Amino acid sequence: MVGLIVAVLTASALYLLPGLGPRWEYALALRATRLAGMVLVGAAIAVATVLFQTVSRNRILTPQIMGFDALFVLAQTALVASLGPVGLAGLPIAAKFAAEVGLLIGAALLLFGTLLGRGAQDVPRMILTGVILGVLFRSISTFLARLMDPNAFATVQSQAMASFSRVNASLLPYAAGLAGLAIALAFVLARRLDVLALGRVAAVSLGLRHDALIAAALALVAVLVAVATALVGPMAFLGLIVVALARWLAGTDRHARMLVVAGLIGPLVLIAGQTVFERALGRQSTLPAVVEFVGGLLFLGLLLKGRIR
Amino acid sequence: MIKVQALSHRIGRAEILADIDLALPEGKITALIGPNGAGKSTLLSLIARLMPVQAGQISVKGLDVAQTPTRDLAQVMAVLPQSPSVSSRLRVAELVGFGRWPYHQGRPSAEDHAQVAKALEVFALTALGPRFLDELSGGQRQRAHLAMAFAQATDWLLLDEPLAALDMAHARALMQQLSALRNGGRSTLMVLHDINFAAAWADHIVAMKAGRIVAEGPPAEVLTPAVLEALYDTPLRVEWFEGRPLVLYHL
Repeated sequence: MVGLIVAVLTASALYLLPGLGPRWEYALALRATRLAGMVLVGAAIAVATVLFQTVSRNRILTPQIMGFDALFVLAQTALVASLGPVGLAGLPIAAKFAAEVGLLIGAALLLFGTLLGRGAQDVPRMILTGVILGVLFRSISTFLARLMDPNAFATVQSQAMASFSRVNASLLPYAAGLAGLAIALAFVLARRLDVLALGRVAAVSLGLRHDALIAAALALVAVLVAVATALVGPMAFLGLIVVALARWLAGTDRHARMLVVAGLIGPLVLIAGQTVFERALGRQSTLPAVVEFVGGLLFLGLLLKGRIR
Repeated sequence: MIKVQALSHRIGRAEILADIDLALPEGKITALIGPNGAGKSTLLSLIARLMPVQAGQISVKGLDVAQTPTRDLAQVMAVLPQSPSVSSRLRVAELVGFGRWPYHQGRPSAEDHAQVAKALEVFALTALGPRFLDELSGGQRQRAHLAMAFAQATDWLLLDEPLAALDMAHARALMQQLSALRNGGRSTLMVLHDINFAAAWADHIVAMKAGRIVAEGPPAEVLTPAVLEALYDTPLRVEWFEGRPLVLYHL
């Protein structure tokens, strides 16, 4: 764990310091904003994925499978379609961020709510509903995109891709507050989540308020994913890669430890990916492409070697 | 004592349980028997608070399962899952350790550790303690779950068809362990499909059909051709072997 903290700090330094150039104050402030965004998003996505995998009792799922990304892209597409690229750029940033977070949390709670009405016993059904809604959102986005002029479409495409150059310094405190609160609550629930992983019958038998805990965990997932997505855009496979690596490194499924390890690996993967993206590739790609290519290879390697089960 | 009063349960329009009244004695192994769809598992799930009670009342040792905080109920009854599946990678000793959760909520004391060590010893799991659950056979895993329930130190133990996935040797071993627990003063309520296991090991038998209780009592009274033929709608013979009924339904 100490090693991980050192690795995160080293990566941060490697990202922040080299080649600042003559106007170093400006460059440093810009990089610091992005760095803060990466730490926040990495930790949020990692914790959300750990929680979601526990609730769904499945280790190859991420909350994004439920169509969060698709809904975000749809919202962007609809905004561009109705306001035009200029109109989108003219929107007040704070209000747009608040509306996006609200929309994503609302949608998640609606979806999770249908589950909880059934006594929290039908998680697979909820996931399938989310997947189907995701397809629906994506189809509507594609349809709207077809009606647009090429300029507007280019704007949509850039919005639909996660990017840390989009991180706005004025939004960071709010995003950090929300995500920090949700992550703290996840740590409070850590021991109970260990019991939850025993399965519903065993958890109820041990006196855990099973259904209430599932509701709480899903609410935290909703907040974390919404904040991360609204801040930088969709990061579909980041959580899967990060949590798989964390399980391998943590060597236990105890949540208190898993949450810390995953919460450190998330930022580490993002910072390393962004450094490679900015320095080695000269921005000739996208960050998700970098993270998912390298992370995906590592994930497959571990899977084939049987280090991840 | 487990007391069930005027219990009814519906799923959609289907009536699963109809006006059940039942008083289950302590210090005994009670077997719920009956054909498929009789409502045995539903009754067990309702007693175990795995499903909310719709109509009627259930109390375990005087605690109403619908009103009592679930944590308090966890100190009077333990429920064993039908096919235990744990999604996290746990060692046997860790799993058994969870049996003390109702008492320490995640911060085990020396007393809790001692109880866990005792449970591992009673179920001959001490050597397997450091092994991961997914490295065990089905029978060993069931034993680990039973040890967890033992560590929970509850008066009542509820099991839904625990023999379903076990071979002969493990099935008999499980019944022997339950009978040892009974001799130590614990009470067991279990759904049993194999009627001869009920005949050989149970002290009290509750026969259910179509959501109602059709017979109740010691094996010698309930396991008669008249009761069983009506219960299962099939002709069968009942012989006696070493002072207990032996049901010949497969001939």
